[in-house]
Amino acid sequence: MTTLIQKLKPNFWDHHDDTAGSFNRMFNYRFVWKISIFLMIAVALVPLIFITVVDYQVTRNAVRSEILFRTSRLVSNTRRTLFFFLNEHRAVLNFIIKDNSYDKLNNETRLLELLNNLQNEFTGFIDLGIIDANGRQSAYVGPYSLEGADYSDQDWFKEVIERGHYISDVFMGFRRIPHLAIAFKHDLPNGNFFVLRASFDTESFEDILSNLLLSGEGDAFLINHEGILQTRSRFHGNALEALKLPVPPFSENTEVIETSDQDGDRVVLGYAYIADTPYILMIVKQTDELMKQWYKTRSQLIGFLVVSITSIIIVVLGIVTFMVSKIDQADQRRFAAMHRVEYENKMASIGRMAASIAHEVNNPLAIINEKAGLIKDLFTFREQYGQDPKLIGSVDSILKSVNRCGAITKRLLKFARNMDEVIGPVNLVLVVREVLGFLEKEADYRSIQITVNADEDIPEFETDRGKVQQILLNIINNAFAAVNDGGRIEVAIKRRDKESIMVAVIDDGCGIPAANIRQIFEPFFSTKSKIGGTGLGLSITYGLVQEIGGTIDVESEVGEGTRFTLNLPLTYQKRTDQREKSNECTVGG
Amino acid sequence: MNVLLVDDEIELVDTLAERLNIRDIEADWVTSGEEALALEGKRYDIAVLDVKMPRISGIELKKKLQVKYPGIHFIFMTGHGSEDDFRSGAAEAGSDYYLVKPVDIDILIRKMNEVLEKPSG
Repeated sequence: MTTLIQKLKPNFWDHHDDTAGSFNRMFNYRFVWKISIFLMIAVALVPLIFITVVDYQVTRNAVRSEILFRTSRLVSNTRRTLFFFLNEHRAVLNFIIKDNSYDKLNNETRLLELLNNLQNEFTGFIDLGIIDANGRQSAYVGPYSLEGADYSDQDWFKEVIERGHYISDVFMGFRRIPHLAIAFKHDLPNGNFFVLRASFDTESFEDILSNLLLSGEGDAFLINHEGILQTRSRFHGNALEALKLPVPPFSENTEVIETSDQDGDRVVLGYAYIADTPYILMIVKQTDELMKQWYKTRSQLIGFLVVSITSIIIVVLGIVTFMVSKIDQADQRRFAAMHRVEYENKMASIGRMAASIAHEVNNPLAIINEKAGLIKDLFTFREQYGQDPKLIGSVDSILKSVNRCGAITKRLLKFARNMDEVIGPVNLVLVVREVLGFLEKEADYRSIQITVNADEDIPEFETDRGKVQQILLNIINNAFAAVNDGGRIEVAIKRRDKESIMVAVIDDGCGIPAANIRQIFEPFFSTKSKIGGTGLGLSITYGLVQEIGGTIDVESEVGEGTRFTLNLPLTYQKRTDQREKSNECTVGG
Repeated sequence: MNVLLVDDEIELVDTLAERLNIRDIEADWVTSGEEALALEGKRYDIAVLDVKMPRISGIELKKKLQVKYPGIHFIFMTGHGSEDDFRSGAAEAGSDYYLVKPVDIDILIRKMNEVLEKPSG
């Protein structure tokens, strides 16, 4: 996991430019990355989430309203159907009572004829009875022997006298089938009255309700005002059982409410009081069932949101990382270029200074040389002076010192001249010796043992002498910085193959930790230990090597030493584009 | 052989001339281009010139002396490391006859003998 993170971690993550100073925040790529990610994700996600939440609410409410509306319409239609059904029965009984005289109706033959006609035209009629004003059954046709029964004390009889008509609750009647009864009062011209009472079973009701074809857990049934089921229901009990749901409050209109059923499930409950009857029509539907379509839509909506958020985050991460990496690379290149210019200026100054020192010193040196030479000449050519070995010795010593100084100033002049790009034949062994010549004294003082192992067959080859000199100077300087006093440095020069020569600079110094070795050629890398040494920077060396078409590698073991291996091509090709490339390489590497 | 030494450092040229004289080489010296051009009567085989001198540089002087003394040979000496001087001087004289100070007198004499054997340029 950590290696995966390491792998995915962009290069700029650990970059920190100490030289940026007060502008450091500008070059804090991690901060730029974080703030860009935050802003882009916020700008993209906030409206998306907002819109999705609004859409969620709107769609949910629309679905809910639709469900309530549909339930309400169903309840209304069913109520109308039931109302018409009862009205039809009431109308036909009303017709019978008006069309037949009291006497006729009291004639049981006629009454039976009427019952038969009713049973033919309408299903469900069970019996017919005539009750006189005293509440006594004066005539009856039907399966019971109710003739002469007295109803004067019964509530329904009192109600029919008072209101002129009556519809009963459902009761268990003939053949254990639920029945209901309808009664009408008819006033006679003599001021007297009688009552026609008919009962019929509730099969027809049940048919109407069961024909509603309610999907899934839907249920339609009638209850009376006390909450007793008047018809059988699918899920809420049989006829004449008490309904477990509460009796809804009275309303003239169809009502739809959301509530919980006896099992605690959410249900949509539509109900209507059927006028002039003791019945309440109820339609109960499971909310979950109705919302199924909505749940599907909701899953799609949430899925869409999750996919969108994921892709936005991935895209934003990708784009921002890419952009910040690009900025970082551009900055790195800029810094490297600045670093290089600084280095080149420094080298040019050193060159100018070297030339001017050489010049200033050379003229007096030439005079000393001539004067001492003359003194010696005088001793040598005029024999009278020639006998004093002490004088001769002193003059020789002066001349030797002049020669030494001359060698130093000549070397300085040569170094100054090599600052410019001059392509020409280079004897690598000589260059190595020249470079070591600069460091001879230091090596002596520090008792550093330097060995040069050069193959016999190292040819002269065309290249940029100045650059080779700088590269070697930098690497050997590094080696000097790394070794302790009394240490060893070996320079090996070998013919690698037909096309290249290898120079290895091997020291037995402090070594470079494995963690740093990857970055050692990066422009701003410094351990601030002895490795940095000259401050000229291995990145410059790397750039110079690339420019003359060579390669440079480093191997190191902490405490054991370091080996820089330089491969130089025997045929020189100027790489004008190499500077750019090499920077990219060092930034990337 | 007759040698003319031209260098603005009087201490240098007079001593060098004396040392050459000791070795039986006839050497005259002057300290500027003007003086060199003003000399009369004598012929010189070789001129040893400092490259960098006030007013007339060694390179300029060479051209003028070539007119004055046809067939004369030149050796340049310089204490200076300016690259332009070095390059133009070395190109003018051929790098073998372009010596950086301080110069060993034996080397100077050897170069003089060498240059005399070459056709003058």
